[in-house]
Amino acid sequence: MPARTHPFLILQSIGKTFASGVTALDRVNLTVNEGDFMSLLGPSGCGKSTALRIIAGLSQPTSGVVDWRGPPIRQNDIGFVFQEPTLLPWASVYDNVWLPLRLRGVSRKEAEPQIAEVLERVHLTGFEKAVPRELSGGMKMRVSIARGLVTRPRILLMDEPFAALDEITRFKLNNDLLELWAERGFTVIFVTHSVFESVFLSNRITVMAARPGRVFEEVRVDVPYPRNETFRTSPDYASLCRQTSGVLVRAINATASELEEASHGAH
Amino acid sequence: MAPTDRAASPVPALLIDAEEARRERSIRMQRTGRWLLPLLIMVAALVLWDRLCVWNDIPQYILPRPGVVFDTLVQDSGLLFASLLVTLRITALSLALAVIGGVGLAVLFTQSRWIEMSLFPFAIVLQVTPIVAIFPLINIYVDDQTTKLLLCAWIVAFFPILSNTTLGLNSVDRNLIDYFKLNGASRWQTLWHLRLPAAMPYFLGGLKIAGGLALIGAVVAEFVAGTAGQSSGLASRIIEAGYRLNAPRLFAALILISLTGIVIFLTLSWISHLVLHRWHESALKQEQ
Repeated sequence: MPARTHPFLILQSIGKTFASGVTALDRVNLTVNEGDFMSLLGPSGCGKSTALRIIAGLSQPTSGVVDWRGPPIRQNDIGFVFQEPTLLPWASVYDNVWLPLRLRGVSRKEAEPQIAEVLERVHLTGFEKAVPRELSGGMKMRVSIARGLVTRPRILLMDEPFAALDEITRFKLNNDLLELWAERGFTVIFVTHSVFESVFLSNRITVMAARPGRVFEEVRVDVPYPRNETFRTSPDYASLCRQTSGVLVRAINATASELEEASHGAH
Repeated sequence: MAPTDRAASPVPALLIDAEEARRERSIRMQRTGRWLLPLLIMVAALVLWDRLCVWNDIPQYILPRPGVVFDTLVQDSGLLFASLLVTLRITALSLALAVIGGVGLAVLFTQSRWIEMSLFPFAIVLQVTPIVAIFPLINIYVDDQTTKLLLCAWIVAFFPILSNTTLGLNSVDRNLIDYFKLNGASRWQTLWHLRLPAAMPYFLGGLKIAGGLALIGAVVAEFVAGTAGQSSGLASRIIEAGYRLNAPRLFAALILISLTGIVIFLTLSWISHLVLHRWHESALKQEQ
């Protein structure tokens, strides 16, 4: 596992104002280290999804710089998982996972070892021929994650991927995601509005405040990996959740002047 | 609790309450009723038709009895089926051209909003102007009889395909479009792997409507053009039979046209089911 000390991505004073006049992000500064599992946590309207879209290159910032460190980032290096599984409903599981490779000119046959491997990793071996409609919500999400990982990205951007799932399925997927992350050593930026999920998964939680979206405070979760059910039921976990909740509540109630102070003091 | 002796009943293990039993029965009855009821009504209508002719002593040249119509269908089958083939050919060709034209234009529209804005009103004008009113113009400008009929049937049939396919191509999940963008997909890749398959249910819906319209277009065109007496499709047979007061043949031709329309509809519905049944909601409901 990487040391998580080398900066991988630095957002410098990112601002985004839509044509409607709404300011989604205001002077967001953020440093993501190589191998980090960073959660962006905040109330709805705090611009976490917008930040993710800007990082992915799907949206242009109004001001500021997205600075990738290390070797230049290519399309292959970024994996994206949406809130909905966002699969092709007419295509089989196999073909859905093949899609990103197919768009890069890799044939169905050539892609086979990679697809088989990643499907095995998300526990979907044997479901290659099923179409999304025949799968449960959790399985669809697994396909979506497999599709995100099949190109072996260096960073995986996840936009509230498990928000629509039931708790039991979400726990399972959280565990599997951590295993994959530990094994492959990619960097994750994970957008969520769940305190519990962010504490369980991440080594760093960036709490954001809304209207306009800003970085409010960072919470470090210095608990070693692997984390499992023991961690989920430990007093450590409970106290970290309480601490993070406290920060989130302060972020929600913060007045504009406090925000100003926080965003300048943070970096 | 000791198991009661129910070995004789068909479902011994399953205890069904009254409500479920009622639901089961109603589903079973609906399944039979779906084809039995229309069949019964059809037979009743035929009997009534026959009785009306007999009771009121209606002469054959005004309203022939159904039996007579059926005999004519058999006797004149050579003539009628030859004409049916002519009509079918025009219908199939114009439907094929409508698919090519409709889908082609729809794809063009989605490539550029400007093209769509410029051309869509034109397509609407073509659609809302009654074909019978346009036909005299076509008659002046086009010499070849087949081309005339094709053009006419095409104008009627292409619009539902165009408008449905355009709607389908534009109804793609925004996130999927983002996903393709994220993966550096070209315009062509997005069209081929995303927009066209996503538009399929809409296109097939349009095709079902266009199939019937192509037949109507082919018959109407022949009606308007048929006065020249050159064509020999089913519409010409109807006009001819009308002049000769040959009502049984007129009815026989009419029935053939209706049957053709039904067969076209069923065929296109079947194709639609084949293509969509694994993944699309509309096909799912049909299955149950």
